[in-house]
Amino acid sequence: MARMTTEGLTKIYGRGKKAVTGLRDVSLTIAPGEFVAIVGPSGSGKSTLLLSLGGLIRPSSGAVFLDDTSLYTVDASRRIALRRSHIGFLFQTFNLVPYLTALENVQVPLMVAGTAPAEQRALAASLLERVGLGERMAHKPAELSIGQQQRVALARALANHPSVLLADEPTGNLDPSTAENVMAMFHALHADGVTLVMVTHDPRIAANASRTLELVDGCICRDALEPGKITTAGEQAALV
Amino acid sequence: MRLSSIIVKELFERRSQLITSFIAIVLGITVIVGIRTITHFSEKAVARELDNLGANVLILPKDATVSDYYSADFTGAELPEAYVQTITSSSLQGVDNLSPKLSASVELQGRRVILTGILPKNEFANKQVWQMTGDIFSRPQGCGTVSIPGVTKDTPGSLDRAAVRKEVIETLAQNEVLVGADIANRYALTKGKTVGLLGRTFTVRSVLPQTGTIDDSRLFAHLHVVQQMLGKGKVVSAIEILGCCKEISTGLVTKLNALLPNARVVTVAQITSTQLRTNSLMSQFSSIFLVFILLVGGVSIANYMFANVRERRKEIGTFIAIGMSPRQVVAIFYGKALLLGVIGGIIGYLFGTLLAVWLGPRIAQIPVLPLPILLGWAVLISAAMNMLATIIPASAAARTDPASVLMEE
Repeated sequence: MARMTTEGLTKIYGRGKKAVTGLRDVSLTIAPGEFVAIVGPSGSGKSTLLLSLGGLIRPSSGAVFLDDTSLYTVDASRRIALRRSHIGFLFQTFNLVPYLTALENVQVPLMVAGTAPAEQRALAASLLERVGLGERMAHKPAELSIGQQQRVALARALANHPSVLLADEPTGNLDPSTAENVMAMFHALHADGVTLVMVTHDPRIAANASRTLELVDGCICRDALEPGKITTAGEQAALV
Repeated sequence: MRLSSIIVKELFERRSQLITSFIAIVLGITVIVGIRTITHFSEKAVARELDNLGANVLILPKDATVSDYYSADFTGAELPEAYVQTITSSSLQGVDNLSPKLSASVELQGRRVILTGILPKNEFANKQVWQMTGDIFSRPQGCGTVSIPGVTKDTPGSLDRAAVRKEVIETLAQNEVLVGADIANRYALTKGKTVGLLGRTFTVRSVLPQTGTIDDSRLFAHLHVVQQMLGKGKVVSAIEILGCCKEISTGLVTKLNALLPNARVVTVAQITSTQLRTNSLMSQFSSIFLVFILLVGGVSIANYMFANVRERRKEIGTFIAIGMSPRQVVAIFYGKALLLGVIGGIIGYLFGTLLAVWLGPRIAQIPVLPLPILLGWAVLISAAMNMLATIIPASAAARTDPASVLMEE
């Protein structure tokens, strides 16, 4: 389990008159094992915040901590290693490699982490079994349904047993029934202690989380620790 | 799974995009290998022809001319025989054979003939046509000679070379002469007959075959016998050299001039310049093609790789997001370039060799055989070209910003 913290996180894209603020002085703490939903209108900074937490967007100012390690003050190779071993990503369009089978797609993060090929196959197979795709391991993404592709992507995200799973619109392309299945898997992961941070537009999907952050214009304007309990931006500081 | 699996699977997945660039690589290597193979055998064929012509470099006394050499009119100008030793003990490359000789006009049955003193072994080595006189003469395998099927130099069953040479030296005894074809006809000389020269009697050891050269109207005795008869000591009129073609074109004459400042070194200009022009033309042709093909092939590969990087932006961004390092991203593209280069090099070599073997006899009238050493060069050039062309695209791939890719969705 891992705790994620941001301190005064600000991200400005571009320069001068063309500068656009993605995040404004965002400070928050996501406790180990927490299930957080980030909601907000398009362009509010949801994805910027998610990718900043994942060590993929260097902030203009402020800091991001994974436990006690500041992600953007360590060197690039250390940051890559931290991402590899602690953070899993799940994308709206799954981002599976089209020429690799389901099994091979799940093997990629294991290979990148230096796992031996035989062990890669065994781990990837067990993960695909876990998401209910034991019979579809040899299929390429194009031969799988949308829901199955998202499950392969989930298995890939979990390959290196991350303590944090960052999901960007994980159900955005799924039908309600498949979306429910994915949420059921998220709950299972939550129960296992994985820290979940999920960006979504869908209030019903957000309702699955134990805490909801609403971003508007780069600021956290609401922080609901539990469904139905709204925390204002001003009160947020007390939570940090 | 390994990175190589990703490389191979991606290659097969996007075959259609690959084909154009791969054809460019194969065609490029095919042309290079084809030209180099034909050039190699063409140079060897030219070298062999020159070799067959005999001596191609002459060392004459400082004031003598080539015309003097042919008329044996040296008007008393000679060279020390020690020059032969000077040359053989030097580090000069490309001197295949040295043939010192001392010529003088002598009287035979009331008419003037040219008597030339030779060192038999060296002389026979220089003159292939003399080998036709029988089985006692041999010719060394010199620089520029090449074995080609169907072109056999040695008569099957001929005597052992070493033994033959020994016999030549030892059998051209002090009282023996070799007689040119015209002289033999004019004076009705045959093997075993005797002739008187400068008050000394010689036995005809052999009548030389018609050569169409001044040799036909000469008599040949051992160099040291002629020196003794003329009373001139250890001197020679000229030293004929069978120079290696390649070395002649790279300054053998200049080096000989520097080695023997008191002698005049000339080469058979027309032959040498023809050889030089031919070799130079082929070499330049090959080099120009190589540069051209490297440029075209390199640009084609770079273009393909750039397109590949653009197309795989999302895939690369995802790889980086899930923990792939820039070094691993670069390795994917270099691995792909290397694989394409090696396969392209091998296939290009095979096609180029087939092309050369088929075209060689048709356009250059020479038999051409595969040159295995070119396989290594083909693979090396092809792989290096691909790797160089991939440096910038691979760097661009490694610099892919995963966040911008992922946020494009």
